[in-house]
Amino acid sequence: MPKRLVQIAEKTGRATVMGVAEIGYGAYLFGESLFWLIMGKRRRQPVRLRAVMAEAMEFGVRAIPIVAVLSSTVGAMLAIQGIHTLKTFGAESRVTFGVALSVVREFAPLITGIVVAGRSGSALAARLGTMRINQEIDALHVMGIDPVRFLVAPALFAMLIMLPLLTLLADFVALTGAGLYIGVQLGMDMPAYWDRVIEALSTDDLGHGLGKSAIFAVLITLVGVVNGSLVEGGAEGVGKATTRSVVHAISAIVVTDMLFAFILTR
Amino acid sequence: MTMNALPPPENRTKVVEIKDLVTHYGDRLILKGISLDILENEIMVIMGGSGSGKSTLLNHLLGLLKPSSGTVRILGQDINAISEVEKTRLRTRMGVAFQGGALFSSMTVGDNIMLPLKEHTDLDYSTMSIMARLKMEVVKLSGFENLKPSELSGGMIKRAALARAIVMDPRLLFCDEPSAGLDPVVSAAIDELIISLRDAMGMSIVVVTHELESAFRIADRICVLDRGDILMVDTVEAVRNSSNERIQNLLNRRLEEATLDPDDYMRRLTIGI
Repeated sequence: MPKRLVQIAEKTGRATVMGVAEIGYGAYLFGESLFWLIMGKRRRQPVRLRAVMAEAMEFGVRAIPIVAVLSSTVGAMLAIQGIHTLKTFGAESRVTFGVALSVVREFAPLITGIVVAGRSGSALAARLGTMRINQEIDALHVMGIDPVRFLVAPALFAMLIMLPLLTLLADFVALTGAGLYIGVQLGMDMPAYWDRVIEALSTDDLGHGLGKSAIFAVLITLVGVVNGSLVEGGAEGVGKATTRSVVHAISAIVVTDMLFAFILTR
Repeated sequence: MTMNALPPPENRTKVVEIKDLVTHYGDRLILKGISLDILENEIMVIMGGSGSGKSTLLNHLLGLLKPSSGTVRILGQDINAISEVEKTRLRTRMGVAFQGGALFSSMTVGDNIMLPLKEHTDLDYSTMSIMARLKMEVVKLSGFENLKPSELSGGMIKRAALARAIVMDPRLLFCDEPSAGLDPVVSAAIDELIISLRDAMGMSIVVVTHELESAFRIADRICVLDRGDILMVDTVEAVRNSSNERIQNLLNRRLEEATLDPDDYMRRLTIGI
């Protein structure tokens, strides 16, 4: 076999092994975080509420403005496209139905997930990467403080709480954005619009969107943490890990979204 | 550096016992079966050039690396054989000052120093705060508790790292390159501080350094490492007067090109080709 082919095969093999190892490491971190949440108190090393709150502030509360702006834009965009498409069939009045389902089941969790992955997943990777190269992770070990309990678990639980809440906010803001456009275009007042939205949606739709956002929360955190904790090569390594973290997290979100839709809507 | 009113070495407890420690990084042999004892209330300086294995040895002493073979006993416990709970307990009796400080940049200096107390004790905040200030007084850093690490100078970062390392009153203190990158005056002050920690707090201190002047100033005994082997463990005087060529090369800061193994050199050049 030519040397070049062997090299390609070797490179592919190594990348595959590394990918599987990273997924395994992510699963380990998830299990370890759950362990500390349940057993921390008994081991006299609880997951501190204050740390969870600080992360929740950073991941959730500070993301509200950007999530609100993008959600309202996406909501209005869906209404514009919906009315334009349904006009072909003379069914513009049905746009509320389409917008409500699209926003709650797809767009709100997806847009929120992507924004948080870009904003907080990357920050998590950069923070952990910098801590690693500055020996701060080693310092935690030698002080008898488990880094997973101290750094990963609070981030994971904060994300698990805040991402569904942000998604709920995105649902409301996107539907409001869509409602404002639909109101102007179709002459529908807001109470009537919200009546139709509530009529179109079931708790199953809401659960579908929020369930997805909880899975995205786990993915964003673990991808950020895994990339951050494998940083090598100083500041350049931190930069690479940050970029890698955003790309991996967004890819994971989109693929999971498709799988979720495939499994639950057939 | 001699100590007053201490029993002779043979009567003193061993706080660290390293036996036949072998370590590999991949195929590379880093530590070649070294054995070393460190006694209570002594300052042991581990000295060697770049690539001698001193950082690897320190990582073993801290339980951050698993050896290929051999044992490392810290305060009577095999650090690689005990459970995680026991390891956590053991680590509360050890303090570590890292080369770059390893202070948490998101916290103030005071919070950094209080962190081990917050995590391992049930003390109330004001008691922890007083304890942290006491240690800051010891390292002559009073009044800087509200600053972030990025606002400190190199010497102050080393002092803050030392304050955090001693806040739990450990029996054993490890210092990684405590005077590296500091000017001679600050470096001498850090050395004095290390000596005073041994004398005032009765700690056993392990210092890893390649700074000769500092090593000679603070050491009770020096362990000279070279290419993963211990060349000598003895007092400052004995190391200074050693006739060993490699030790003299290290002391006189001479490179050892003449002793380079040609086969090893060729292997390194052609590795992976």
